[in-house]
This record gives sequence, structure tokens and C-alpha cells, in this order.
Amino acid sequence: MKSGGAPSGDFTLPLKKLFARLGILPFLLIIAVVAFSLMSENFLTARNLTNVLRQSVYLTIVSLGQMLALLSGGFDLSVGTVLAISSVVAAMVMAGLHAAMPEAVFLAISLGILSGIAAGTMIGVANAVGVAFAGVSPFMMSLGMASVGFGVALYLTGGVPVYGMPVEFGDIFGFGAWFGLPSPVWVAAALAILVAVLLYGTPWGRYFYAVGGNPRAARLSGINVKGTLFATYTLCAAFAAVAGVLLTARLDTGEANIGASMPLESIAACVIAGVSLRGGIGRVENVVLGALFIGLIQNGMNLARIESYLQTVVLGGLLILAVVADQIRLRFVAALKD
Amino acid sequence: MTQSSTILATRGLSKDYPGARALDGVDFDLKRGEVHVLFGENGAGKSTLISMLSGADRPTGGHVEMNGERMDLASVRDARARGISAVFQEFSLIPQMTVRENIFLGDEIRSGPFVNNSRMRRESRRLLEELDFDLPADRPAHLLTRAGQQMVEIAKAFRSELSVLILDEPTASLTDRETDRLFALMDRLTQRGVGIVYTTHRMAEIRRVGDRVTVLRDGGRVDTLPVSETDDDALVRLMTGREVGAIFPEPTPNEPGGEILSLKNVSTVDGSVAEVSMNARRGEIVGLAGLVGSGKSEAMRAAFGILPLAGGEIRYKGGPTTARWSPGRAIRAGFLYLPPDRKAEGLMMERPARENMALAALNAAPFSKGAFLTRAKERQRVAELADWINLSPNSPERDIGLFSGGNQQKAMLARGLSRPFDLVVFDEPTVGVDVGTRAAIYRFIVDLAARGAAVVIVSSDLPEILRLTDRAYVFHSGRVQAELPRSELSEEAVLSHFFRKEDAR
Repeated sequence: MKSGGAPSGDFTLPLKKLFARLGILPFLLIIAVVAFSLMSENFLTARNLTNVLRQSVYLTIVSLGQMLALLSGGFDLSVGTVLAISSVVAAMVMAGLHAAMPEAVFLAISLGILSGIAAGTMIGVANAVGVAFAGVSPFMMSLGMASVGFGVALYLTGGVPVYGMPVEFGDIFGFGAWFGLPSPVWVAAALAILVAVLLYGTPWGRYFYAVGGNPRAARLSGINVKGTLFATYTLCAAFAAVAGVLLTARLDTGEANIGASMPLESIAACVIAGVSLRGGIGRVENVVLGALFIGLIQNGMNLARIESYLQTVVLGGLLILAVVADQIRLRFVAALKD
Repeated sequence: MTQSSTILATRGLSKDYPGARALDGVDFDLKRGEVHVLFGENGAGKSTLISMLSGADRPTGGHVEMNGERMDLASVRDARARGISAVFQEFSLIPQMTVRENIFLGDEIRSGPFVNNSRMRRESRRLLEELDFDLPADRPAHLLTRAGQQMVEIAKAFRSELSVLILDEPTASLTDRETDRLFALMDRLTQRGVGIVYTTHRMAEIRRVGDRVTVLRDGGRVDTLPVSETDDDALVRLMTGREVGAIFPEPTPNEPGGEILSLKNVSTVDGSVAEVSMNARRGEIVGLAGLVGSGKSEAMRAAFGILPLAGGEIRYKGGPTTARWSPGRAIRAGFLYLPPDRKAEGLMMERPARENMALAALNAAPFSKGAFLTRAKERQRVAELADWINLSPNSPERDIGLFSGGNQQKAMLARGLSRPFDLVVFDEPTVGVDVGTRAAIYRFIVDLAARGAAVVIVSSDLPEILRLTDRAYVFHSGRVQAELPRSELSEEAVLSHFFRKEDAR
């Protein structure tokens, strides 16, 4: 029974066990690092890796939120729109206040950030109401809200980028560095720790897993299923909104056209990291690695001068590969169980 | 008993699941034109036997013979091709498809590459007429009554030549009239020489339709005898066996304490419970007996806040429950309901046993303090619970889905001890678990009551009610038919209320 029928001399068995436990991500990570260091000598340098870190920040933050949605058994296709809305609103408020009161720079920045995050979170509240209380499927609800949000963002700006934010905003949150690491990296790290504490350290966190694992069992165990779903989609959008504001600082403009690739990339980051599409399974540290992996792939492909159109192809392929690998992994788990 | 009259037989048929032997060397035979009843407790092996006769599952030992010839059924389709069809409790209909489409599903009549709709229409009409089924062939299956859906399942069986029909508790959800029609159909079939394997929990049905009955217990065949030569008492004795004394703990009559739960004229919106009045007191084990669908389970689900009330009053710990009563509030107030179907409503299969056992107690000490989990204490408490229920293997970090059914059940029931509950309702606590586990569960339940909790057991398993409870209510058609104190708890007394209406028919 111990090896599920495989002969004891099977040299792939340890590898299979490792795969069953860790999933596909460690293997992909090793392959990617080896391949890209062969393709470009600039890849494995401290400077480039810091770059990867900085570029992956936005996806990491969005993936943290997306993970919550996946854990609870759904997903959120409107995260890209949330980025756009929060970017546009933060930029407009900030630019407006800055123009009215040029000396109150930090007031303008604080209020801008707050209103951007609040505006983005409202998309999540709408998703939450639809999914938790009206019983709309997460697919339809977030797809619909993606269109609504994108329309609103374009309407607010007329499709042109919003300029006029105080330079300090970009200096601090876009290009700043604290203790040698880019400032957005610190924000992402803080949020990741927050999610880890929430999921692993509080009863509330356990409820996300329970609701995704078996909603009826969760209800009969006294868990507020609707409340948990509400928190899920609200938090997911709040995270995406933070990413949107940080990205705005980096771009120095409010853009309605950012974030289009975020739904796919964030779901890919989670799934590659072993978050189950059926809900109830997933770990924060793996999701952070998953997002970093996608950043690494994009960076590596840039260095290897792979065309950006082709990069999209690779990304989609990776997502499908991750899902297939997860199916195979489940089969291994069943075969290897003692 | 010539060999030629036997259509279907099994020789030493066995089935092992990981950690459990579900069927143990069963010899069984079915004759042409007879109704052969399989009778036994939940988990005795009826479903396992049926699933192998119908090709849904393969034996790990022994074999099946048809007309004296040994054969290996590869699939349900294979069995069907040989004239063996089964109608399970869970129907295999596509709800959105019409009766006709369902009948021919997977075996459509074609002309060339295209489906031949007109021929299928004619064929289905002929089939339904021949069976005397009053079914509109163009109606989607989900608009039919349960009996109607069952007829479609039976019609499917008749698409090809049928010699063996397997009916798995076909009357469980039929009305009396629908049951009559099913029995009339069975009569016509047996006259044609079809052999019918029939499972039921209802004693009255055995007498009404059965020719012979085979009693199964703990995966083995106890006896096969003609229905005319037996009676209810003998069958129940065969079914429960001698171990009854051993698996049930010694009764320890407690002086019941104060009333915890009372229902007064409670009715539910869906009509499954009608004007039910009952109560449960500290230190007492109260049984709710009755057939499936008699409202016994629904009454408790209403009390727990799952089923909305249409009328009546529920008082918990003396105070009336409010309109905002919910499972969450009930649990915080010390009232836990443990559902009958652990897969559907009980467990998160892909999470560790620990998380499943702790789920209903996370917001209280020792599992959490303030807003945070106290993980070390959680692990410690769960380890105690795992020892207590004898979880096997004793590794609470394993996914619950990887445990055997009996251990999954024990882990779910362990929630009853995860925090100090004042009232715990066990809904069919021993469905599909083996005898050893059952004994452990009974000890667990008795112990809970001895600690001063009120315990309610909802059960379709008669011995459970008779041997375990201090007092029992018998349900029929959503109403309480009788309340029996321990001194009056006997098979005859309970069964007379179970079957009162059926026998008068």
C-alpha cells in the first residue's frame, strides 16, 4: 500500500511525492530560472531581481484578494476594473485638491489615496451584494461589474489620462525606496502578512476555507455564510484598489486603461500556486510566490526579447498548464495516500 | 428448485473498501418471476450488493452468474445490455430533458449520423403505453412528480429486453397511490417472467410484494426464506442479530433535568412538519422515530433555524426563539444539530480532520481568544477529541476525505464535544457505518447525555430508538403519532404507529 502500487525501485517516486505535496510551482520556478539565466546574463543579477520584485508588486496585491474569492469558491473578474476606477478617482481627487490648495500636498495625497481605495472598494461591495445576497453567480456578477466599472472610469476621464498630481505622490509611492527596497514592495509585504494573519490566525479566516469547502456544512456549523461572502468580495476589491493607487503613483497619471490583464494574471498566479478552483484550498505564501513567478516570467521574456504579443500566449498556456497539473496532482494524491 | 428457473445468482460475492469489508461472501439467487426482497439495516450491505448486480461496482471476491453462466459486469451499460437494469434512489435523469429524450439518452435511435426523432417519438409512446404509464413524453423531467421520474427510470430499463429489474427503496418518496401503481406494474412484470430485486425498510411492503426475503447483516447473508413463512418479529431479529446487546451500551436511566427545548404546534412553510409538539430535557436521550419523510428530521431542522416556520412556537432554554433564529445563534446558545448526510452538509472533504472537528467552536475558548485563534490549544483539544472518538488513523492533520466513512462520521459527531453544548441533535447518526463504529457512536451519545446535555436522536433505525432512548416520539406524515416512555418502548408499539396508515390501506 505504501507506494500506491509503484515498484520500490521507481526513481520518480520521490519526485512524484514532492509534486503531490507542493504542486507544480517549484518545478516551474526552477525551469524558468535556469532557462532565463541561460538566455540572458543579466537575468540573475540583484538589480534585475529587485526589478522583478517591483514589477510584481501590483499583481501580488491583486492576487491576495483574488485568492480570497477563489477560497470561498468563486472568483472576481472585475479586479482589472477596480484598478482603473481607483486610479482615475485617486488621480482626479488628488489633482483637484492640489490645484485648489497647492501648499497642502500631504492632505491632497492622503485624501486622494483614500477616495481611490474607497471608489474601487465600491465595485467590490456591489459584487458582494450580488453574490452574497442576490445569489448571482460570481462569474456573471463580476463580469457585469467589470463592464460597469470600466465604463464609469472612461466616462469620468473621457478616456484621457488624468495629470496634475503632486510630484511627492509618485516620489513616495511610485519610485521611493525604504531600507533599500522599493516602497510598494513594503506595502505588498504588509498586506501579505495581514492576509496570512487573517487566514491562519483568526476564526474568521478559517471561515473563508469552510465556506469554500462546503457552504452547507459551514452554515450548519453556525458560520455566517453570506457575511463571509460579503467580506470576500469587498476585501478582494479593496486589495485591487490599493494596487490601483500604487500603480497610479508609478505611472504619475490616472489611467482608465490599466488592469485589463489583471483578472487572468491574478487567477493564474493563484492557480499556479495551488489554490483550488473548487474553493477551500490555498495558502498565502504560495500565492505570493505564484505572483512573483509570473513577474519573473514576464521579466525573463523581456530580457530574452520575446515579443509582448507572444508573452500573452505564454501566459494563457501557463494558466491552462497549471490547471492540468492540478488535476494530475489530485490523481497522484489519491494514488499515494497511505 | 431447478437450475433453469434461476436467472441471476452470486457466489461468494465480496467487496472490500479501504478499511472496511462491505460485503462478505454472499450467496444470493433470483428466480424468474419472483420478487426477492433484500432486507437489512443501514450499512448491512444491501446497496453494495445491488451496485454489483447492476454493474455499477465490481466485486473484489466471488462472482455473478446469469442463467448459470459466470459473467463479469463491466459497467451499468454492460449489465443493461444483458437485461439487468437498476433503478436507484438517486435518479439518473437529466432534469432539463424531456421524458422521451431521457428514455433514449445514450442509446438514441439514429438514421445515419442524425437522431431519428419521429421514430423515437413513436417508440417512446409505444413503450409508455405498453407499461401503462400515463406520462407526457414531451414534458421536461424536472416538471414530473417523483413517481413520474421513477416511471421514466423504469421505462429506460425497458428500452432493451429486460429480465432482471433492481429497485432500490422505490417507495421511499412515493405517495400511497403512486406506490399502488408501482406494485401493480411489478405484478405485470413478474407475470412476464422478469425477476425483481427489491430493497425496502418497510416491513409491510415485504409482506405485500415479496416472494422471498434475504436478510443481510454486517455485509453477510443471515438467511433467505419465503415471505409466507416469516413474520416481522423474526425478520427484525434476523436483521439486528445477537450483537444488539453488545453494540448498545447498558442503559443508564438518568433523572431528566430541566426542559431545554420545546416545540408547540410547530408547522413549517414547506408543509413537512404539521403541528408538532415535543420537548427535550437535560440528561435525557429523546428518540424521534418514523419513516423517511415523516417529518422527524424536518422538525429538528426547524428548531435549529434551517427550515422556516409557518406557525407554532419554539422555546429554547425557556425563552421563545426570535424571527432571527439561525444555526449561528443556536450554536452560540449551546444547541448543535448534526446532519444526516456528512458529505452534503457535514464535512469539508478537502480540509484536515482537525478543522472539520473544530469548525463549530472556533469563536469560543479554547479555540480562540478575542479575534485570534489559539492554534496550540486548538491542536491539543482536537487531539483529545480524536482520542475520545478513537479516530483511526489518529492523524487529525489528514484531509477528512481520506478517512473511512465511519471515521468521517465520528469526526463530524465529535463536534458535539468541541464546546459545551446543552442540546445536541443527532440526525441519523449511524447511516452507512459499520457495527464497531456504531458501538463507539452509541457510547459517545450516552456519555454526552450523562454529562448533562439533552440529546435528541432522529433515526430510521428502529433498534437505535428502542435500545438507546429514554423516550421516543413516533412521526408519521409530518405529525407526532405517539409519545412513548421507555416502559412502553417496544417494536410492536413503535411499528404500529409507523405503519398504522399503510396497514389500513
